[in-house]
Amino acid sequence: MEIIVCIKRVPKTAEADLVIDKTERDIEKEGLVFDINEWDNYAVEEAILLKEKYGGTVTAISMGPEEVNETLRRALAMGADQAIRLTDPGFEGSDGYAIARVLSRAINPLAYDLVLTGVQAEDDGYGQVGPTLAELLGIRHVAIVNQIEGIENGRARVHRELEGGLDEVIDLELPAVLTIQTGINEPRYVSIIGIRKVAQKEIKVLGLQDLGMKLEEAGEPGSMTVVEKVFFPPVGEGAQMLEGTMDEISDKVIAILKEKGGVA
Amino acid sequence: MDFELTDEQRDIQRAAREFAQGEFDRELALELERNHAFPKSIWKKACELGFIGLHFPEAYGGQGLGILENALVVEEFCRQDSGIGVALTLADFSSEVILRFGTEAQKRKYLPPITRGEAISAGAYTEPDHGSDITRLSTTAIRKGEEFVINGTKTFITNGTLADHFVVLCHTNPEADPPYRGMCTILVEKGTPGFQATELGDKMGIRMTSTAELSFSDVHVPLENLIGEENRGFYQVLEFFDESRIEIAAQALGIAQGAFDRALAYAKERRQFGQRIADFQVTQHKLADMYTKIETARLLTYKAAWNFDRGRIDPRLTAMAKMYAGRMSVEVADEAIQIFGGYGYITEYEVERFYRDTKIMEIYEGTREIQKNTIASSLIGKTKG
Repeated sequence: MEIIVCIKRVPKTAEADLVIDKTERDIEKEGLVFDINEWDNYAVEEAILLKEKYGGTVTAISMGPEEVNETLRRALAMGADQAIRLTDPGFEGSDGYAIARVLSRAINPLAYDLVLTGVQAEDDGYGQVGPTLAELLGIRHVAIVNQIEGIENGRARVHRELEGGLDEVIDLELPAVLTIQTGINEPRYVSIIGIRKVAQKEIKVLGLQDLGMKLEEAGEPGSMTVVEKVFFPPVGEGAQMLEGTMDEISDKVIAILKEKGGVA
Repeated sequence: MDFELTDEQRDIQRAAREFAQGEFDRELALELERNHAFPKSIWKKACELGFIGLHFPEAYGGQGLGILENALVVEEFCRQDSGIGVALTLADFSSEVILRFGTEAQKRKYLPPITRGEAISAGAYTEPDHGSDITRLSTTAIRKGEEFVINGTKTFITNGTLADHFVVLCHTNPEADPPYRGMCTILVEKGTPGFQATELGDKMGIRMTSTAELSFSDVHVPLENLIGEENRGFYQVLEFFDESRIEIAAQALGIAQGAFDRALAYAKERRQFGQRIADFQVTQHKLADMYTKIETARLLTYKAAWNFDRGRIDPRLTAMAKMYAGRMSVEVADEAIQIFGGYGYITEYEVERFYRDTKIMEIYEGTREIQKNTIASSLIGKTKG
């Protein structure tokens, strides 16, 4: 079983104080903590679990500057066998479609049975790289997978969780792209033994030319969408921002609810 | 000169951070602290991942890494939780005496279980009447046939009621002059008849770590339990402290960073007089001072570790690292409580525990004053003419 897992290094924005940068099309990244995209961490774990069950190899692929090596090394330390970093100034500004195109060019020449991605990225949240990648590779895909039941005779049985507590089971032929949902497994911690093995593994670096791509096929020119602006929505009318410690805020909430007749 | 950590060192740092963030549960820490309980299940997991004893060679269950890598792990663990961090990182305490001076058989027997989470080690040096001054001891180990017979009392022994084996510093030749030339380190296993460990009871901090009194009453151990050469015990222990002080400096550093992280987050969230307290210059200057001290201690600690990993022993450097990091940590934790104000005084907000836990850094493994003696004597020669 040859498995490819696509991962992204993202800034952890959930609890950070964000500042819009000068272009007004992105946030200031300096000072932010970067880590593997949460969904991708589950995808890496799932890939390694499948390798442990069925044998084969896991190749981790990521797009971005040299710092991305950190995220790839993490995947290698968890148990991936090799890693590829896609780096080129021409890749900058790629939207989900352009990213999928670059990935598809890198993956196309490789032998693979499964390509795993996270459902979406924490930073831009498009959720389209996985399905678009499948289209560009001309293979099947299932999105938002929360269980891989088994793989047999070139077919996989996978589960998707639907609204209303429904579970859907899908049988599909490989190769295929699966976008992995959080909670599908419990990602392992990186062990010191794993880290020591990374030194013997290679991170291959590929650029636009190595993939036989033209400038207009990636980055902004190769994208189908353009981010025009990012901004903090103004605080809406009728909303009241409460300040203070947790205890103070909860006291205020209770007082307001009582006053407005929300609690008896 | 290169101040960069290597890729591997940064990977180790991140792995330790992720493990600590994932496993050192805040509620669990409060419960363990209340019950004076060792974080056993977390310790087992840390061992499985290779964090404990990673500076032991592979042949003895370790990862063949250095003291600097160990310091990075210790720092991250203590940063996430002062109590759990200290308890975990002391689980292999004094194993280095066996590692550096023990026989091949002793290393093979005693070291691998420490890294596998099957055993805890301890070092018994301090006595009720001999604390900072261990140049003379009351505990004796008298050779009788094929055995040593040990008698005496040790106190303030870290891991005392938890450890499976102890490195015990004893007088084997009470007539030696000066007395420290007649000392040996001897291995004593838990459960040996005549040996007893008693918890010392309530203490200011590090409550998840055992601190005990050990009594030895005609404890018989085979001669092969002698570690290294006879009459070299005192020198072995001094050399061990040159290594272990780096770990204590890393504990102090991690606790200070942890207290700082919490104070910084609180300063950015707490509002008084219509603004965040981080917007007051008085708070800003506090934070600037705290972080500068932390970074200074970090430089000293990493340098001491790096130097040791280059095969050099520099008692002055390790004493400076331990002394400065210990003092700095108490000061930073104190200031963190101040930033938290009344909340800082409440256990739930953690910083008061960090403060209580870090005070020991100025006391154990050589008090601040003993470190200063070491530093001073290396500068001006022997302090007594």
